[in-house]
Amino acid sequence: MPEPFAKTTSRVISIPRANIDTDQICPARFLKITDKAGLADALFFDWRFTPDGKRRKPPSFIDERRNAGRQILLVGDNFGAGSSREHAPWALRAWGIRAIVSTSFADIFKGNALKNALLPIVVSPERHAGLVALVAAHPDGEWTVDLEAGQVKLPGGESFLFEIDPFARTMILAGTDEIGYVRSRLPAIEAWEAAHPARVDSREGIAAR
Amino acid sequence: MAEKPRTLFEKIWDEHVVSSDPGAPAILAIDLHLVHEVTSPQAFTGLRERGLKVRKPGQTVATADHSIPTLDPSLPIADELAARQLRQIEENCREFGIPFYGKGSPTRGIVHVIGPELGLTQPGMTIVCGDSHTATHGAFGALAFGIGTSEIEMVLATQTLLQRKPKTFQVQIDGLLGPGVGAKDIILALIARIGIGGGTGHVFEYTGTAIRALSMEERMTVCNMSIEGGARAGLIAPDETTFEYLKGRKFAPQGAAWDAAVARWRALPTDEGATYDRTITIDAEALEPMVTYGNNPGMGISVTGRIPSLTDVEPAARADLEHALAYMGLQPGRSIAGQKLDVVFIGSCTNGRIEDLRAAASVLRGRRVAPGLRVLVVPGSQQVKRQAESEGLDSVFQAAGAEWRESGCSMCIAMNGDQLEPGQYGISTSNRNFEGRQGKGGRTFLASPLTAAASALTGVVTDPRTLDSVAAQPVAVWRSSAMEAH
Repeated sequence: MPEPFAKTTSRVISIPRANIDTDQICPARFLKITDKAGLADALFFDWRFTPDGKRRKPPSFIDERRNAGRQILLVGDNFGAGSSREHAPWALRAWGIRAIVSTSFADIFKGNALKNALLPIVVSPERHAGLVALVAAHPDGEWTVDLEAGQVKLPGGESFLFEIDPFARTMILAGTDEIGYVRSRLPAIEAWEAAHPARVDSREGIAAR
Repeated sequence: MAEKPRTLFEKIWDEHVVSSDPGAPAILAIDLHLVHEVTSPQAFTGLRERGLKVRKPGQTVATADHSIPTLDPSLPIADELAARQLRQIEENCREFGIPFYGKGSPTRGIVHVIGPELGLTQPGMTIVCGDSHTATHGAFGALAFGIGTSEIEMVLATQTLLQRKPKTFQVQIDGLLGPGVGAKDIILALIARIGIGGGTGHVFEYTGTAIRALSMEERMTVCNMSIEGGARAGLIAPDETTFEYLKGRKFAPQGAAWDAAVARWRALPTDEGATYDRTITIDAEALEPMVTYGNNPGMGISVTGRIPSLTDVEPAARADLEHALAYMGLQPGRSIAGQKLDVVFIGSCTNGRIEDLRAAASVLRGRRVAPGLRVLVVPGSQQVKRQAESEGLDSVFQAAGAEWRESGCSMCIAMNGDQLEPGQYGISTSNRNFEGRQGKGGRTFLASPLTAAASALTGVVTDPRTLDSVAAQPVAVWRSSAMEAH
């Protein structure tokens, strides 16, 4: 069960590349696990290590000492494209990331992120350009992401508002998940099913185990 | 008063909305849940922790495709992690009463190949799977989309999902495809036009005479890569082609139920006068065989084209293009045709069906692949494998010097030992050319089965229309007739 999450203050890691896909965030060979263990090490693995397993020189942003412990990512457009693997947000969360700022997110990634209390914060291209410049000028400036207020406070006193799906926001602030909510609506689901018989029975013709 | 005209998507959506509380997403009923070994284990663990059962095991089907080896199935699985994952799905299915098509099952295969093959995929359904290529099933006029593991757990527990209603995006494709140009080229051309985020927040509906003329397998190829254009789902309205494909399949309705179902399905196509949030039109006659040159599926050009230069793109995209070309080791401005290859992969949920294998075999029949080239042909399912073998296609491939394997995702996702080595170039009929997708350091050109097979003969990226056998074929002679492949 998730912990409630409302606010974090952190320095920022900026990766200006667009279309960062989930194969970069968590390469497929790390998907053979049957739990969620070890995913922090898988994060951006092939950006960090050469194909023969040596740490890249200079080290990838994630291995730069000054970036250790940072919780906010600033990335290019269409972050999280590609596969539906929830291992991508799991890996980001396991490494410590709590909020990602971009001009857009791929649909499946965005949904998966919200279910893991990882905030996908969408800003306009103009705002995004300003933020990239800000991080370049103040690489160690601290930002505060406040979900309750829907606001990011920037170093120097400026701030901007953001929107998160209001339902997901409520769930994240309360630390509840959606299955309990939907199960509380089971009578409505059963009524729908009574009016709409199942289209297939996948067990047909299969001997009882 | 007449009802407001609705799109295919809206009809399916409206019918499946169970309820929606103010401010909350809709609770959407799910007709069919497909499960595989890679994205499901943590969902079953979650169910156990909550003490819940699978609510509708009869609307759930599981298979093993992603991490399963495509080598001799009697051999033990060398990768201990993969072996454990494969044991896990079997145990989970047994514990929760879910039908499982595992190793040794004659109907095992890639989840998006077996659903349609078994007749589980039907028009008007909502279908989900923990796999982004679930959009494939949209070829039948179903609302089908990929979900994450938390959502898998939700569907296992409730047979519903919480969803915000997406917008609609019509992709209208009219005209006749030229020789050597197929479904894969249509979808690669669309993605090249709109970019890999172009459909974000939308579902595609593919319409137009070029779409109507496609076989079911070709429609599946188009819908399969909807996610590569950013759309979670891509639909094609059902028609006689759809019904002919489905009739007589194992889980398709029979007898009077079939007639009732067809009557229901005939009401699904988008109403006259219904509107979409966005529309794009593509001229099928202008399309050429497509090949990707970069590190995402939107970086595609005609096989006769040149690799873009930095000055060909918007200033904001230059750094990403530079990075992509550096990864690919390609020179801007060079022809894509003639780029050297180490590996050819024919298979995947995009292009691993019988018609794809026939197309590839039509090029390779009686010829040899280029010296030193590794060519891997992996059928999409065990049924496809048997059908291909009954037609002698396995002999065609092997005589040409290609490897003929058991079914699975294989080198599309490189989880099962089938992979590119660092630095190798592969032309692949699969769906993603992301960095490392087909093996760390591997470099992928995406293309159609015809283009991949033509390239296998030469060892370099090759326009299939340069082969007389392809240039002379105005229609897709490898299409299945209604009687085959059930």
